Amino acid sequence: MSFFKRLKEKFTEQTDAVTEKFKEGLTKTRDSFVGRMNELFAKYRTVDEDFFEELEEVLISADVGVTTVLELIEELKDEVRLKNVKETKDIGPIISEKLAEKLDKTGEDAHLNMQEDALTIILFVGVNGVGKTTTIGKLAHRFKEEGKHVVLAAGDTFRAGAIEQLEVWGERVGVDVVKQTSGSDPAAVMYDAIHSARAKRADVLLCDTAGRLQNKVNLMKELEKVKRVIAREVPNAPHEVLLVLDATTGQNALSQAKTFREATDVSGIVLTKLDGTAKGGIVLAIRNELDIPVKFVGLGEGVEDLKPFDANQFVYGLFQELIEEETANE
Amino acid sequence: MAFEGLAERLQHTIDKMKSRGKVTEKDVKEMMREVRLALLEADVNFKVVKKFVNDVKERAVGQEVMKSLTPGQQVIKVVNDELTKLMGGEQSKIAHAQKPPTVVMMVGLQGAGKTTTTAKLANHLRKHHNRQPMMVACDIYRPAAIDQLETLGKELNMPVFSMGDKEKAVNIATKAIEQAKEDHRDYVLIDTAGRLHVDEALMNELVEIKEAVNPDEILLVVDAMTGQDAVNVAESFHESLGITGVVLTKLDGDTRGGAALSVKAVTGTPIKFAGMGEKIDQLEPFHPDRMASRILGMGDVLSLIEKAQTSVDETRARELEEKMRTADITFDDFLEQLAQVRNMGPLDELLAMIPGANKKLLKNVQVDESHIGRIEAIVRSMTSEEKQNPSILNASRKRRIAKGSGTSIQDVNRLLKQFEEMKKMMKQMTSMQKGKKKRKGGFQLPFM
Ligand SMILES: Nc1nc2c(ncn2[C@@H]2O[C@H](COP(=O)(O)OP(=O)(O)OP(=O)(O)O)[C@@H](O)[C@H]2O)c(=O)[nH]1
Ligand SMILES: [Mg+2]
Repeated sequence: MSFFKRLKEKFTEQTDAVTEKFKEGLTKTRDSFVGRMNELFAKYRTVDEDFFEELEEVLISADVGVTTVLELIEELKDEVRLKNVKETKDIGPIISEKLAEKLDKTGEDAHLNMQEDALTIILFVGVNGVGKTTTIGKLAHRFKEEGKHVVLAAGDTFRAGAIEQLEVWGERVGVDVVKQTSGSDPAAVMYDAIHSARAKRADVLLCDTAGRLQNKVNLMKELEKVKRVIAREVPNAPHEVLLVLDATTGQNALSQAKTFREATDVSGIVLTKLDGTAKGGIVLAIRNELDIPVKFVGLGEGVEDLKPFDANQFVYGLFQELIEEETANE
Repeated sequence: MAFEGLAERLQHTIDKMKSRGKVTEKDVKEMMREVRLALLEADVNFKVVKKFVNDVKERAVGQEVMKSLTPGQQVIKVVNDELTKLMGGEQSKIAHAQKPPTVVMMVGLQGAGKTTTTAKLANHLRKHHNRQPMMVACDIYRPAAIDQLETLGKELNMPVFSMGDKEKAVNIATKAIEQAKEDHRDYVLIDTAGRLHVDEALMNELVEIKEAVNPDEILLVVDAMTGQDAVNVAESFHESLGITGVVLTKLDGDTRGGAALSVKAVTGTPIKFAGMGEKIDQLEPFHPDRMASRILGMGDVLSLIEKAQTSVDETRARELEEKMRTADITFDDFLEQLAQVRNMGPLDELLAMIPGANKKLLKNVQVDESHIGRIEAIVRSMTSEEKQNPSILNASRKRRIAKGSGTSIQDVNRLLKQFEEMKKMMKQMTSMQKGKKKRKGGFQLPFM
């Protein structure tokens, strides 16, 4: 069975609203990406240097990142040589297989480290405006739907209106928010929140933090402290540290991933704003260079717009048209 | 910083072409490959890069090499000149209506920084132009967006017009203008909700507001970290609204900011301001030429020099420059520099502006302002002989210094190591600078 066929089969097994929503979110992405791929294939008959150069551009335009793209192109060239591929139309499957492989290194991407019969603490970190607070709202909703008791910690004590924003989400979703006044020590908020969550016998505590640029040494230290306080109160916590990345971000996302990981030992990524035209290709580079898995994707501003990341879906979304063409021909 | 700058990338090629008097096609081709990669790594849109590289190729080939430059530097100069041209020649000003109030609309994607920028701009207009702005809360969608603007308004003691989140945005905007006229406010800054450029309904809302209030200025707020998509965003917003300018936010980060170039290239409108931090006074006029060298990764020499000049005594600076050149700096100079640097502003900001001060050079010289006090204490605990000649510091001297400054021996050792690193770095930087384009007043770098 061909790769595409397998992919499609795996995919149609789960044709539910999730997939639809995901596809919808990726439509724009796919249209332009695959459109360009097709253009590419129409323009070049044979697989030669010019072809690869153009391909390089296509990937770069998806924000995959120069280093990863160059690496990928090299691998592709090897494969083309090995399999003796001469025509550009035969290279499509090879490309998508490579991408899926890169995104699927560990196999259990979207899995969260949840504690049984104990409080699970998830810390959210990231630069300003990427969607941390919104993601917390959406994730709280998911957990609540699963019947879990959720508490939110208003750890952004810096940005104007940040506490109120989380409170609105708390009301919207129907979960408690632990807060202190604006300007107070975020580590102290976490301490409070942990004790309050325990007293309430909550299952999950989602901790918001203020957005910060990763080159601000002092602010990164503050974040380390927040994490330290959590770990001191609950051994092995936080059980997940999720770095929220905006899909519109370019190469700086790599630097974000590196630095936030150094400071807080990031365990996974939430890739937001995939409902726009940004392609979020940087997660490929991040997976490639840092091996941090993507756990969720944000596909809009509503409570339901957070979905577990699935590498196959991601690639499927990018190459949907090509895939459909191929399976139709088989 | 995540990426090596162009200067570093090109060094290899440059070394090879040192001795020639003319720039050959092969030289240019080789260098342009590096320029292309550097620009792509900086997030400049690939289409913009393509056109740019072609233009530069044409201009660079066959040029006589200027006396003061090597052929490699000559090419960099052409690249830098072209890039600066593309970024827009000079700083541009914010609109001012004949008949007040001047109406400014802020638009952009979610999370770009519109609300913060609205408050910063209001503050800027009052502080530097003596205006009396009013801010308008038209983001009726994001939870607590109105709270955020109102809080900022309180902080600034500046009126914020809002009608809650139940009223239509266009009605709020219209009423706000009436109110502003009544209250004799001369600028009205309208904060709108973040939206995707492909969201037709919400883009229409902006068009409605525009038609209702007839703004003098529509500023697109763009996150400096934006990747390749910046062109799509800018194009769409420009097409729907006809933006008149751009504000680039989060430039205090370590992104190269290639989006600036992309946005400028597709809209042709000037970038007017740059957001340089989360605080309300951290909005600066945008300098296209500096952005060009930042994108190229060649350091923001001009900003540094300007900053340094306002707070450092000139002759003393020249002496220091000489010392730096020979890496003959002592702890006495160090102490003095420390004091001066403190007057200049945040250290990491300054360091980021030093040419060549990228990850390689800075890795061991990480600046943490909370440590400066400790550093100062250590240096002050040294005898003058020790300050002049740190090599005499043996274990017992170090112990005494640690005790005297209330620090540990490790702290003292760390500082000594950093000091050596710094000297090394200065040597590297000054040799990098030598022979480069001559700048007004020579090269000054009194940063520590
Ligand atoms: N279209 C879209 N918008 C999103 C998504 N996630 C978040 N947003 C929007 O992005 C904006 C910023 O989101 P926040 O959740 O406030 O981001 P944050 O990281 O908490 O921001 P700070 O606390 O200011 O650092 C809001 O307008 C959100 O509605 C998404 O997946 N798609
Ligand atoms: Mg937030």
